[in-house]
Amino acid sequence: MKDWMGKIRTLSLFILMTIVLSACGRENLTALVPKGYGAEESFRIIIISILVMIFVFIVVMAIYVYVLIRYRQKKGQENMIPKQTEGNHTLEVIWTVIPILLLIIIAVPTVATTYDLADESEKEDSINVSVTGMQFWWHFEYEDEGIQTSQDLYIPTGEKVYVNMLSSDVLHSFWVPSLSGKMDVNPENENSMYIEAYEEGVYWGKCAEFCGDSHSLMDFKIVAVSPEEYEEWVSDMQNLDGETTPDTTTAQEGQELFENSCLGCHAVGNTPSVGPNLSNFGDRTMIAGVLEYNKEELVEWILDPASKKPGNGMLGADYLQDDTIGEDEADKIAEYLMQLKPSDITPDSAQ
Amino acid sequence: MSTIAANKRGFGSALWDYITTVDHKKIAILYLVAGGFFFLLGGLEALAIRWQLIQPMNDFVSAGFYNELITMHGTTMIFLAAMPLIFAFMNAVVPLQIGARDVAFPFLNSLGFWLFFFGGIMLNVGWFTGGAADAGWTAYAPLSTTSAGEGVDYYVLGLQISGAGTLIAGINFLVTIVNMRAPGMTYMRMPLFTWTTFVVSALILFAFPALTVGLFLMMFDRLFGAGFFNADMGGNSVIWQHLFWIFGHPEVYILILPAFGIFSEIISTFSKKRLFGYTAMVFATVLIGFLGFMVWAHHMFTVGMGPAANAIFAVATMAIAVPTGIKIFNWLFTLWGGNIKLTTAMLWTLAFIPTFTLGGMTGVMLAAATADYQYHDSYFVVAHFHYVIVGGVVFGLFAGLHYWWPKMFGTMLNEKLGKLTFWLFFIGFHLTFFIQHFLGLMGMPRRYWVYLEDQNLDLGNFISTIGALMMGLGTIVLLYNIVLTCIKGEKVGGDPWDGRTLEWAISSPAPFYNFKQTPLIRGLDALWVEKSEGRKGLTPAEPLGDIHMPNGSILPIIMSFGFFVAGFGFIYQKYDLSWLTLIFIGMGISLATMLIRSVKDDLGFHIHKEDLDKEAGE
Repeated sequence: MKDWMGKIRTLSLFILMTIVLSACGRENLTALVPKGYGAEESFRIIIISILVMIFVFIVVMAIYVYVLIRYRQKKGQENMIPKQTEGNHTLEVIWTVIPILLLIIIAVPTVATTYDLADESEKEDSINVSVTGMQFWWHFEYEDEGIQTSQDLYIPTGEKVYVNMLSSDVLHSFWVPSLSGKMDVNPENENSMYIEAYEEGVYWGKCAEFCGDSHSLMDFKIVAVSPEEYEEWVSDMQNLDGETTPDTTTAQEGQELFENSCLGCHAVGNTPSVGPNLSNFGDRTMIAGVLEYNKEELVEWILDPASKKPGNGMLGADYLQDDTIGEDEADKIAEYLMQLKPSDITPDSAQ
Repeated sequence: MSTIAANKRGFGSALWDYITTVDHKKIAILYLVAGGFFFLLGGLEALAIRWQLIQPMNDFVSAGFYNELITMHGTTMIFLAAMPLIFAFMNAVVPLQIGARDVAFPFLNSLGFWLFFFGGIMLNVGWFTGGAADAGWTAYAPLSTTSAGEGVDYYVLGLQISGAGTLIAGINFLVTIVNMRAPGMTYMRMPLFTWTTFVVSALILFAFPALTVGLFLMMFDRLFGAGFFNADMGGNSVIWQHLFWIFGHPEVYILILPAFGIFSEIISTFSKKRLFGYTAMVFATVLIGFLGFMVWAHHMFTVGMGPAANAIFAVATMAIAVPTGIKIFNWLFTLWGGNIKLTTAMLWTLAFIPTFTLGGMTGVMLAAATADYQYHDSYFVVAHFHYVIVGGVVFGLFAGLHYWWPKMFGTMLNEKLGKLTFWLFFIGFHLTFFIQHFLGLMGMPRRYWVYLEDQNLDLGNFISTIGALMMGLGTIVLLYNIVLTCIKGEKVGGDPWDGRTLEWAISSPAPFYNFKQTPLIRGLDALWVEKSEGRKGLTPAEPLGDIHMPNGSILPIIMSFGFFVAGFGFIYQKYDLSWLTLIFIGMGISLATMLIRSVKDDLGFHIHKEDLDKEAGE
């Protein structure tokens, strides 16, 4: 009997722990554990408003529960006619004025943070990144530094980084919950906001505006590294040479295949491209934003991108129509891509 | 009239009766049946969505089909389920509550229904022609304008046709309430459901044209090569968002205010008290309706409107909480000191108060623009609007269904089954949606077909799906209840709830002419006034005389069918211009019926005094 009780206790403790641990969500993804300025400001407003609202809820529920218990019809009261009250002016004034006061408590910091988060006074002196949202991937261009990269956005910690966003097709929305709230990525007007990460880490980014079949698979990452590491990454990326010959022969064959079949859309090097820039593919956190980073996944992705990310831009590629890339070729291309590591600064540096 | 003949007619003549009817009570039943059908359809879509999300990276449906499901779930529930079900109760009750014999324009009433009906069918045709609309119920451009196939075309044309029906219905109720009130029924004596219908009709009048304009622009973008929302052609996709929400936000109040009206009636009836602060309730309703037009851009905080616009719309939105709060407290104080009877209708109503308070709380939280940067387009928003639309509107519709079923059909829904439905649905609802607030903040955006593993989102989604299944179960019990009641429902008299308003003064179901003699209204809660003075019925305002009634007409269904046919022409001419013929045929049918309606005098008929006497004697 005792043993049984003990088991129940352990089990319930375990369940409770799981719930508490999972209640805030995954670190570096959840908005409930803010790790950047924007997220922290939003979280502050969330907490203020929720506290005020919980107060309101308690008042409402207190009256509600009292009324239901006290005035529920009891046996023998079926025909009792209660007093027909018309209203009460004092009460009505009270429940008009107090909510107004409560709302002011929320409204004042809301307006203040709204202006704060839209502040662009330091924009010119900060790092600026042009963000392009596309079905279903993200491109980042550091215009001042002359760097092009996709899917993983490197930023230094403790600094405001302005992201200037434009879509090249439908609407998207740039959301890194643990660093900042979201901003839509529109095709016609450039939107700008800043993000500032307090600590190093790889932060999960999501597309938050419905954009088609693979909307749910349009993830990206923000890699926040120390300012020194960021400087190193920038100079490595600026000096990369897209035409470096790889060391192994498989990779060399892969490079050749890549140049014939993929380079029409993709780019290795700081040049603009239709498809994602793959200069630092060897250091990517994930394949296509959502697949685990390993060779098998990459080969599968090259051979059958439709099953991994429906409706993505690679489906129209020539190599898929004329079947020039088989398993062997894909393997070689994967070998080539995975050795593209132009910098020592990688997501692993973000600790 | 011919009551005996009516009992003996077959299915064919009953069908003919319903498709030609202009009687507001029969149109109410049409709305109820059609809206109920679409409610079930939307519910099935919802279950498919939740089943897909029961575990990470699930593959129950494909991405494309999932997008069709979410789009059609939202569109169906808002336009084809909630709206018509609300119209069902407005039609069934409002003319009775103001002591009228019908709405102001019975022919238009029928036309409004059939336009809605054919629009609803049109919206769903896409399922059978290669894919329904898949750009979200909000149909944001450019995703909607570039979506392949005809799904979004069906969305545009379907909504355009059913929207016309809604606009017609709105105007009809405005005129009805302004002109057809019985003697003594001043504005400040109108029952709250009538008041909310009145305010909502005004909202429809001003809100739906914005949707109509937006849909026309989208139709031209998609079907005739225009570029209103196309950035490459100098258009602007944000304009669609503004047009949509200038309609869309008032639409929220169009849905919720009648539900507020229903709750006000039920709370008052089942606590046997007049509504506390009636005047404040009326002004709160009007104020909510007015403010509802001032806040549309709070759906667009992340669009990049700038801090000034965001701040203004944030504060304006918060202001709506004040009149809504007034209503909540007035309901609570109506209950205070009352004699509360827990019928099924009352259970739904009582469940609404905490549920809607939660929805209102998250509403204020969402209004805080900088916090909304996190909530926006996440499951937090999904949770919020289901709390207000299910916890407010759907609870209201279920409450209204149990409350007015006896008046509409003369039988009583089974209370035991009703309570079972309630508990299943209520618990299922909170299981489904409460956790979604947290899922959103934990980083789950809405409209996600799959979610990746290792994000701590699995447990929440699993719970949510289980809740949805419970809601489904509750709905099945409700259906069983309805079928059972239709087969062998217990017959009830005119006033089964000890009601307070006029509709309970006449027999159930109401005679087709409603009131034999137009009643004289002597105060708020007109029937209660009479009862409290010891009278059985109402005081008549006129001597017994002939009653003028409108004739039924087949024209509305034909007219609507014409637009339906023309819709296909508009869509398929984008592939082949020979389809233009269909536009001429369809519009020809509609215009011809309009011509017939215009030139042919239809003066209706009279029920003679003697027949009324005879019926009373039977």
